Amino acid sequence: MPLETVPADPVAAPAATRTEVRERAARNRRNSVFAARAGVLVAFLGLWEVCARTGVIDPFNFSQPSKIWAQIWQWITHGTAQGSLGEQIGYTLYEALSGWVIGVVTGVLLGIALGRIRFLADVFGPYIKVLNAIPRIVLAPIFLIWFGLGPASKVASAVVLVFFPVFFNAFQGAREVDRNLVANARILGADNRRVTLQVVIPAATTWIFTSLHVSFGFALIGAIVGEYIGATKGLGLMVAAAQGTFNAAGVYAAMTILAVVALLTEGLLTFAEKRLFRWKPADSGDGR
Amino acid sequence: MVHVSPHKAGAVPAIELTGATKRFRTPSGTLHTAVRDLDLTVAPGEFVAVVGPTGCGKSTTLTLVSGLEEPTEGEVKVYGEHVDGINPNVGFVFQQDAVFPWRTVLSNVTAGPRFRGVGADEAREKARDWLARVGLAAFEDRYPHQLSGGMRKRVALAQTFVNDPKILLMDEPFSALDVQTRALMSDQLLELWAGTGSSVVFVTHDLDEAIALADRVVVMTAGPATVKEVFTVDLPRPRTVEAVRLEPRFVELYREIWASLGEEVRITRERGAGRAA
Repeated sequence: MPLETVPADPVAAPAATRTEVRERAARNRRNSVFAARAGVLVAFLGLWEVCARTGVIDPFNFSQPSKIWAQIWQWITHGTAQGSLGEQIGYTLYEALSGWVIGVVTGVLLGIALGRIRFLADVFGPYIKVLNAIPRIVLAPIFLIWFGLGPASKVASAVVLVFFPVFFNAFQGAREVDRNLVANARILGADNRRVTLQVVIPAATTWIFTSLHVSFGFALIGAIVGEYIGATKGLGLMVAAAQGTFNAAGVYAAMTILAVVALLTEGLLTFAEKRLFRWKPADSGDGR
Repeated sequence: MVHVSPHKAGAVPAIELTGATKRFRTPSGTLHTAVRDLDLTVAPGEFVAVVGPTGCGKSTTLTLVSGLEEPTEGEVKVYGEHVDGINPNVGFVFQQDAVFPWRTVLSNVTAGPRFRGVGADEAREKARDWLARVGLAAFEDRYPHQLSGGMRKRVALAQTFVNDPKILLMDEPFSALDVQTRALMSDQLLELWAGTGSSVVFVTHDLDEAIALADRVVVMTAGPATVKEVFTVDLPRPRTVEAVRLEPRFVELYREIWASLGEEVRITRERGAGRAA
């Protein structure tokens, strides 16, 4: 009787399979999360569609997924009243991106400058607080008057929305640099300019990057609101036009397109951030 | 740059503090005296350890010598010259991690020479040399967060030594390390220092470490800090930390110095207890 070999197998087998079991469990868990996510979306859209068709909700006001999809498809294949769909997306993105770049550059420069130079911070501090207290979205109509129906007015409203969060984060980042790092750099022979460029700015990038994510969303908002108020092209104008003709499906369709655009740009930013922050220890909360 | 020949060594001390006093304004608005009327002289090539109770102002003494802070009263001289701003001959190893986390190990060590205007190739060559001496040649592409605490400290040592400092200020540099790593680092420091002929002021709260490393041990009073007593450590060099600890003379010195230091530690503790009550 092979008494010796019988217990040997069960001992060896669980050691080999335990990792497999764990891997399978992790894979199953991931799959079930994806399935549940898809299920939620399908259930939501399905319920919406059914309610609209059976008249529980008024399809004229609330539209329905099939009509929204038809609207998007029509825009893709036949273009919109203002021109092709790609052109509208490109227009809005161009405005948001220019506004974002201008806002980020000025925000970072001024934030670092005021964070490093105490005198400037003391002089300009109160003014910046006052400007920040203004609800900046109401500036959009003023920019429309100043800069006209073209992209300039949308860029301007994107800039004012982007500037403040970026500025405050850069300012805070420059202020909260580890004093040991600055002392070490100075002992090693760095002058003020080098301390700013090689210690303060790298140390503040973490702060600045957190604001970049949020602020790109703000740039899109600025551009869309600007277009909504008055424009010749862009996604915001499509929303306004659809609303003007009581085309609820058009409003939702434009919103859907906007969400997709925003998610894609967000993904690009995350990718850039990962490349830039290779020196940082991986977050324990990564991917959660 | 002042070059000191061995003959003049006795004439011009490397570091000279006379009647140095430093007061800070605390956030609550009161004046806090960290260092009071401090006299201390360090000869070229000498290794001086400064011990004292926690928070007595030992670190402040170092910042005065480095030029990071100015004394409120008194005079601080380095090689006979009045300290005014940061002196390029001074190296400083900090208690906390002060290596740049966004630079690789090699780039951290080249930082000093590059800040001082040395060309990239030459700086890299010098840095590699020092990284090899601290045993980190294989880690030059790593980022600090990928290293252990002891390795980061060695990067800090290489980063400081690469500038060829004539005066080396160390503020409890190994206090965050575990006991074994600390002994290894102390030996490594003695090795690195032996070749340079620079003067060292080494602040610590660990009397073992102080006696094992130094030529002289300075005992500070409870804050505000001033020099209480100075002891000469007549143990032969080269030393290794683990071996020197077992010598009878070491134990004798320890007892002597502790008699002086222990009193100050007790005063500090009683004050803390009084404040807490």
